[in-house]
Amino acid sequence: MLITQLKSQEAIEALAQGKTVIINCHGCKEVYFAEHEADAFQKELSANKEVTQIITTDYICNPDNLKLQLKKHTDVINAADTILVFSCGVGIQTVAALFEGKKVYSCCDTYPLPGFQGVTPLNVDCGQCGECYLNGTGGICPITACSKSLINGQCGGAKEGKCEVDKNMECGWERIYRKLEKLDKLDNMKYDAPKVRNYNNPNAE
Amino acid sequence: MRITELFERGEFVLTAEVGPPKGVELDHLIKDAHEYLKTRVHALNVTDNQSSVMRTGSLATCRVLKDEGLLPIFQVTCRDRNRIALQSDILSAALLGIENLLLLTGDYTTLGDHPQAKPVFDLDSVSLIHAVKRLEEGFDIAGNAVDGAPPKFAKGAVVSPCSDSVDVQLAKMEAKVKAGCEYFQTQGVYEPEKFIKFMEQAKQFGVPVQLGLIIPKNVGMCRYMNANVAGVHVPDEMIAELQADKEKTKAGDTGVEICARLIRECKDYAQGVHIMSLGWENRIPEILDLAGIAPITPVV
Repeated sequence: MLITQLKSQEAIEALAQGKTVIINCHGCKEVYFAEHEADAFQKELSANKEVTQIITTDYICNPDNLKLQLKKHTDVINAADTILVFSCGVGIQTVAALFEGKKVYSCCDTYPLPGFQGVTPLNVDCGQCGECYLNGTGGICPITACSKSLINGQCGGAKEGKCEVDKNMECGWERIYRKLEKLDKLDNMKYDAPKVRNYNNPNAE
Repeated sequence: MRITELFERGEFVLTAEVGPPKGVELDHLIKDAHEYLKTRVHALNVTDNQSSVMRTGSLATCRVLKDEGLLPIFQVTCRDRNRIALQSDILSAALLGIENLLLLTGDYTTLGDHPQAKPVFDLDSVSLIHAVKRLEEGFDIAGNAVDGAPPKFAKGAVVSPCSDSVDVQLAKMEAKVKAGCEYFQTQGVYEPEKFIKFMEQAKQFGVPVQLGLIIPKNVGMCRYMNANVAGVHVPDEMIAELQADKEKTKAGDTGVEICARLIRECKDYAQGVHIMSLGWENRIPEILDLAGIAPITPVV
C-alpha cells in the first residue's frame, strides 16, 4: 500500500501561480488517496486562484496512458502556467517529464505501507520518503535519481554527466540543474538553510 | 591554529594531503611529514578512508600529527557515519585540539575495498557544514543545547574548477558558503585557463580558494584520471610532455616541473596551494622551490 498525503493548504496555494491546471490520479486501488479532502480543497482553490481545469484520470505513471488521457485537454494545458499534480511521486515525475518546460508541482507526500504497491514501477522513480522534494527540483526526484540520495546538490563525483556509482546512469543533480535552468528556476538551488532528511517519518525508507 | 587565521593575515596558505595506512604503524608517515613537509606547508590534510578504502582513522592520525608539532586538517566524509556519529566526532576533534576541518560528502562505498558496506550519506557536505556551524553556535543539528563553551573550527570544503559542469559546481559552492564554509581546496587542476576563469566567478563568494594539485606521475595515471576521476582532465599536450622524455618522467622530474609551472601560472588567482602527492611527499619541497615559494615558519 501507499499513502499519498496532501501537503499543507498554504504550501499548495503558494504553488498555484497563474493559470493552473490540476491533475488527480485515481489509478491504483492500493494507493490511499485523500479523495474527499482533495476535492474540497480544490473547490476552495478554484474560488481563490485561476484554476482553468481539473482533470481526474488514472495511471498517470504510464507515459503512453498519460498522453492519451490528456490529449483532449491539450489546449488548456498548453495555455497553463502551472500544473498541480495530486498523485504518488511517480505520477508527478511522469507529468513533469512530459511537459518539459512547464512548472509541474507535487501536492502530496508519498509514504509506503506494507503490501501491494500498485501497478507503478516503484523502484524507478519514487523513494516514498514522505517529504516530497519534487517541487524544488523541477520534478526530478533527488532520492531516486541520485545514487547517494543527496538533497543539497551534486556530490562532485560525476564525470561527463555520468554517476560515479554507475556509468550508465545520468548524474541526478546535473539533470535537476539543467531542468531548473530550463524552467528559469535556478534560484531553487539558493536555499538559506540546507535540507536534512527526516527518517522519523512513518514508514519512510 | 585555525588556518582561516592564516588566510585572514594574507598568507599564501600551503597544505599537503597525507593518507593514514591500513594499519597502525605511522612511523613512515610521521618521518616524511617532518622531513619534507614541516617547513614547506602550513597544514596537513589527513584523509578519511580515502577512496572508500578502510584505513586507520583521520581523527586519531590528526592527533598524532599534532603531538608531533604539525598542524592537521581533519577530513570528514558522510559515507560511513550518520548525523549522530558525525557530530560526536566533530566534538571529539575539539576535545583533542583539532581545529581544522575539511567537510566532504565522500566517495561511494562501491569504489573502495568494502563494496558490500552500507553507504550512509545521512548528511552531505552542505548539511555537514551547517551541522558544524550549529555546534559552534552551541546547538546540535536537532536543536539541543551543547554544554559549556562551544567549539570553533576552520570549516573547509572542496570544489572542482575543471569540472565538465562547472556551473553546477559553482551552485554547490555557493550553497557551501551559505552554510558556513570558510575556505576551499580544489580538485586537481591541470588547465590554468579553466582555473582562472573559475576564480573570476568564484571570487564573488569572498572565500579563499587553494589551488589543488595532483602530481602527475606518469602517462598511465593521467589517462586513468581522464577516464575515471571526476573534475580532473589532463590535456593532451601535458600527456605528450610526459611521454617526451621517458627517463625524466620515470624519475618524477616532469611531474614536478608541471606542478611548479601550474603554481606559477595560477598563483595570482589563488589564495594558496593544496598538493595531493599520493605518496610522493618527498617531491613537494622541489615543486615549491621551482615555483619560487620559500619555506615557511611552522605553525601549530
